Amino acid sequence: MALTTTAPARMRSTLRTRRLAGAIGIGIAGGCAALAAIALLLILGFIVVNGARAINLPFLTALPRPVDVPGGGVANGILGSAIVVALATLFATPIGVFTGVYLALFGRGFFAESVRFLSDVLSGVPSIAIGLFAYTILVAPFKHFSGISAAFALAVLMLPLLIRTSEEAVRSVPRALMEGALALGMTTRRSTLRIVLPVARPGIVTGLLLGIARVAGETAPLLFTAFGSQFWEANPSNPLAMLPLQIFTYAISPYESWKQQAWGGALLLVAAVLVLNVGARFVLSRGVKQ
Amino acid sequence: MQRLRIAHPEGLGRSAFGDRLFIFGVGASAAIFVAIVLALIVGLIQGSWPSIQAFGLRFLFSSEWNPVSQQFGALPLIYGTVVSSIIALVVAGVIGVLAAAYLADFAPRQLSRPLAFVIELLAAVPSVVFGLWGLFVLAPAMRDTVDPVLQHVLGFLPIFQGPSYGIGLLTAGVLLALMIVPTVTAISRDVIAAIPIDQREASFAVGATHWETMVHVVLTAARPGIFGALILALGRALGETIAVTMVIGNRPQIVASLFAPSYTLASVIANEFIEATGKLYPAVLLELGLLLLIISSIVNALARLLVWTVFRKSKPAV
Repeated sequence: MALTTTAPARMRSTLRTRRLAGAIGIGIAGGCAALAAIALLLILGFIVVNGARAINLPFLTALPRPVDVPGGGVANGILGSAIVVALATLFATPIGVFTGVYLALFGRGFFAESVRFLSDVLSGVPSIAIGLFAYTILVAPFKHFSGISAAFALAVLMLPLLIRTSEEAVRSVPRALMEGALALGMTTRRSTLRIVLPVARPGIVTGLLLGIARVAGETAPLLFTAFGSQFWEANPSNPLAMLPLQIFTYAISPYESWKQQAWGGALLLVAAVLVLNVGARFVLSRGVKQ
Repeated sequence: MQRLRIAHPEGLGRSAFGDRLFIFGVGASAAIFVAIVLALIVGLIQGSWPSIQAFGLRFLFSSEWNPVSQQFGALPLIYGTVVSSIIALVVAGVIGVLAAAYLADFAPRQLSRPLAFVIELLAAVPSVVFGLWGLFVLAPAMRDTVDPVLQHVLGFLPIFQGPSYGIGLLTAGVLLALMIVPTVTAISRDVIAAIPIDQREASFAVGATHWETMVHVVLTAARPGIFGALILALGRALGETIAVTMVIGNRPQIVASLFAPSYTLASVIANEFIEATGKLYPAVLLELGLLLLIISSIVNALARLLVWTVFRKSKPAV
């Protein structure tokens, strides 16, 4: 830099100080980034180490057993979570994706703006408030906990994410594609469904996977909707065991064997969520390449 | 690329009707979504009405939480929620913004993408897993290492006095910080990257170092967006339920010490809703849910407004 040779001595020495201060600052900033990354690795590390100890075949296939009776498992929780998350996806996907399509292609004016606004607002609402909502409309009137009420709560949680990602995915399709289809005489319906949506599919699927990952790990709304169970239950209109609930119950219990199982369940849950997350990015990167 | 099939010439009436039906159907999805959100708001208001009627505004200022005598006051809960969230915001704000600055400008490109990816993965970890880790790893570490040091060095401050069990406000705040750091980092990074490069180049041209440019030019220009990121993260911290419930101690009290156990709005709902008997108790908890809804909506709207202004202004003036 020219300043180091032509500048007066006083300026050169302050430059050295400023450079040093800058280097320290950048170092601290890098340290913060490293700290955040290390925190994740620390958390994952503990989960893998402690959880691996608890995972074995009985853990994955057996029902919960009384405290200190060996061989207990979280199999009913895995089943319940799978059922409820599948139901939630079934309910949320059409509404979410089509609302996103609406906002991207057809929405104009006050209604579309208010839909976007409400979607933003809903994305910030704590999941426990949504659990309360599901309770008041699907549990209290029937005086019955159920997997369906849990699926409803999770679906409501998924909706803002689905709407936002679907809208972005459809928006990213070049307008010329749809206009070309319309110019060739295709109906709006056909050009949307047969031309635009397939191109937007990677983005939409990514959003779906991310939504499922987010919702699979939620616990708070399940507390008073699915409620949990000790037995095999596949009927969603009954209370179901769900993995995050079991982890929570075991973790806050005073029993060492249950706490072990909590770690095991956490490992399963984190593995599922991370696979979904990484898978979502993979789908996105492959879709973009096309 | 798919071959476009030329559509059969359909009668004008039929295609127009099919199209209108399709657009109506798509619009109906949006309308159903709006209906769900409105039902959420109305449902919570309706459910909490008995409590609103019974206590009115003094609900927010009363300290007594006694289900037996049916006296409910939300003040200790508001205290616990606010204090734990502020601790989280301070810790995550400093770490997150600095990390974002590093990732956006200082890190070599090879490093910044994987590093950013790892930090974002932190956001994917479920809340109950954070709580588990917090309960069995963070809380003992705080109790055995961090808290004694704080007490030794800063013990003259009332917030660091008193016994430390590991379970309490400070631990909950630190755990929350870990949970919201990805939000702060990701949004701040986008905001910083959106500052036009000519701002940076102009700063270099007058002789500023890279660090000085970041601090005095870029971060200053990004300030509204970064505030937005912080407020958004605050909103997440305020509503976080399960992880906080597992490390906060579940004691509704207002004490100066940060080591003391406390209680948050969300935690009390999680812990007590199932066993809430009678007519008033559940309504009280529903009112807390409504409170959370209102607070989070205001915070969220404010945050998005702030973030949006930065992206709007960042269009380069040619």
